[in-house]
Amino acid sequence: MMPVFKKELLENLRDRRVVINTLLLGPLAAPLIFVLIIAFTVQQAIDRAEAELELVVVGAEHAPNLVRWLEQQGVVVKDPPADPERAIREEEEEVILRIPAKFPEAWAAGRPAVVEVLTDRSRRYAGTSLNRVQSLLHGYSRQIGQLRLQLRGVTPELSQALRVQTLDLSTPESRGGLILAFLPYVVLITVFIGAMHMAIDTTSGERERRSLEPLLINPLPRWQIMGGKLLATTTFALATLGIGLVAFTWALKFLPTAQMDMALNLDWRVAMIAFVLVLPVALLASAVLIILAAFAKSFREAQSYIGLVMFIPMIPSFWILINPSRLETWMTWVPLLSQSILILEMVRGETIEFAWLATSFASTGALALLMAAVAGSLYNRPGLIFGDG
Amino acid sequence: MIEARNLRKCFGEVVAVDDVSFRAEDGQITGLLGPNGAGKTTTLRMLYTLLQPDSGDMTVDGIDPRREPLAVKRRLGVVPDSRGLYDRLTARENVRYYGELHGLDRATIASRLEKLVGVLDMGEFIDRRTQGFSQGQRVKVAIARAMIHDPRTVLLDEPSNGLDVMSTRALRGYLQNLRSEGRCVVLSTHIMQEVAALCDRIVIIARGRIAADGTAEQLIARSGEHTLEDAFVKLIGSDEGLLA
Repeated sequence: MMPVFKKELLENLRDRRVVINTLLLGPLAAPLIFVLIIAFTVQQAIDRAEAELELVVVGAEHAPNLVRWLEQQGVVVKDPPADPERAIREEEEEVILRIPAKFPEAWAAGRPAVVEVLTDRSRRYAGTSLNRVQSLLHGYSRQIGQLRLQLRGVTPELSQALRVQTLDLSTPESRGGLILAFLPYVVLITVFIGAMHMAIDTTSGERERRSLEPLLINPLPRWQIMGGKLLATTTFALATLGIGLVAFTWALKFLPTAQMDMALNLDWRVAMIAFVLVLPVALLASAVLIILAAFAKSFREAQSYIGLVMFIPMIPSFWILINPSRLETWMTWVPLLSQSILILEMVRGETIEFAWLATSFASTGALALLMAAVAGSLYNRPGLIFGDG
Repeated sequence: MIEARNLRKCFGEVVAVDDVSFRAEDGQITGLLGPNGAGKTTTLRMLYTLLQPDSGDMTVDGIDPRREPLAVKRRLGVVPDSRGLYDRLTARENVRYYGELHGLDRATIASRLEKLVGVLDMGEFIDRRTQGFSQGQRVKVAIARAMIHDPRTVLLDEPSNGLDVMSTRALRGYLQNLRSEGRCVVLSTHIMQEVAALCDRIVIIARGRIAADGTAEQLIARSGEHTLEDAFVKLIGSDEGLLA
């Protein structure tokens, strides 16, 4: 088995495209893109929150007190465009405050005076400005309301039946876990990507090059030949996984976590545990991909089969996304789902029971060995050797 | 020595090998001659254990490939129809890989390889990657790969396919060499000149059956023709496949 293993590794390491795609681009692209996107979003949010608020006010003459108050709060009031609705639609302005002509009349009569805030909520960037404008207006409204009550000799507290206090018990780690929610998916897909090329090259590639027939004439049980290929594929998958985890752990250090008020609990220790946890997945992925690829007559055919199963590592993450429930013991028995959930818990900074890791490792390992056994029996089918069925 | 008796192999409805019996002695070159699709490759594949016959018996040096496939594989050197070299490995690495699969140690592989490089005249390209090799070079590597464990019995499927005149001559010389070493050499071919020039014994296969069996002189005498080609056409009963 070892000669097959060594030869497959040597042969594939000589292929520059394989090395670049599988060992560099595959595992490094995700961390890089992730860090860039997060850093960019965080920076933008900070910029928006701290920037001067410019506000277009239509009909400022109807409520000079309100406008003056806004200016005292640091708002830069701008003159209105000819057509406010169009200005919003064409993204010239994010938020526009419109004070109708009836405002003074309602105000004087002590009725709620209507002001309109124009915005387009489907523009995500408008969110921050909208929140700031709304909270300013509410603040003004409350302040004036309290003054009116006091003038009539009523204590303003009477109007406040409830005071809601929300205590956020999330920790910086658990808030960081929100950002790292996609990490399990990236980890699993990295393993599949790492195994993919090798699985195809050692099976359908061998068949396409017509080297499988001479190979099987060697005095070696066929399961051992397949075993060497499986081992080489798993090694490649693990190498990709290791590189990916290291890259991620390292790249996260460059995120402005302090400004985000969160901590990313992915240190070397967590990365190590994640690696061990995903170890059986590498064997499982390799065996499944090899089984698929062995049936294909050519490299291209194998790629099209395997394209169909690449969504499998996404399933657990999607499941968690649409059904965000707490960790339950049965989940630790389900291959792929158990790894996803346990990695999530770890990056949230929760304590992980050793038994959970063990059940995940054992159940996934058992399934992987079963698949490996299936793969090992494949070359007993003449149809798979000569490419005639 | 190879003995095959009443071998039969079907793929679904198609009868690839119907009833094939022949003997190949040590120290002789035995040629399986027949038109394309006659069942030569299938017969060889059964001998080198990649296919199971539906019925019939066979032995290689007295060993039944079905009972002890690994023991038979250790005795056989096979150059199958598909040469299948690894392009990203050098010729030397290709051969060494097969030596390792046979469980040979490094020193044995190295010394045998040195000899094979000399005999097959591979010095020029032995350390080059096999990508871009000519057919002649590929066949030489495939032969070296099949001979690295020093097998007593050698099976070659269409060895001269795609070779030019010079390579074919070199190949013939090498096979005669193997014969003089007392090995049992079996080759399949559809080329008349090749068997005429090389084989001690000719087994003509047509439509999965043995049409005739003997030396070139015996076959000519039996058919009443003057040349081996005419004898061949007469014995298989048609000239179909000859031009292919």
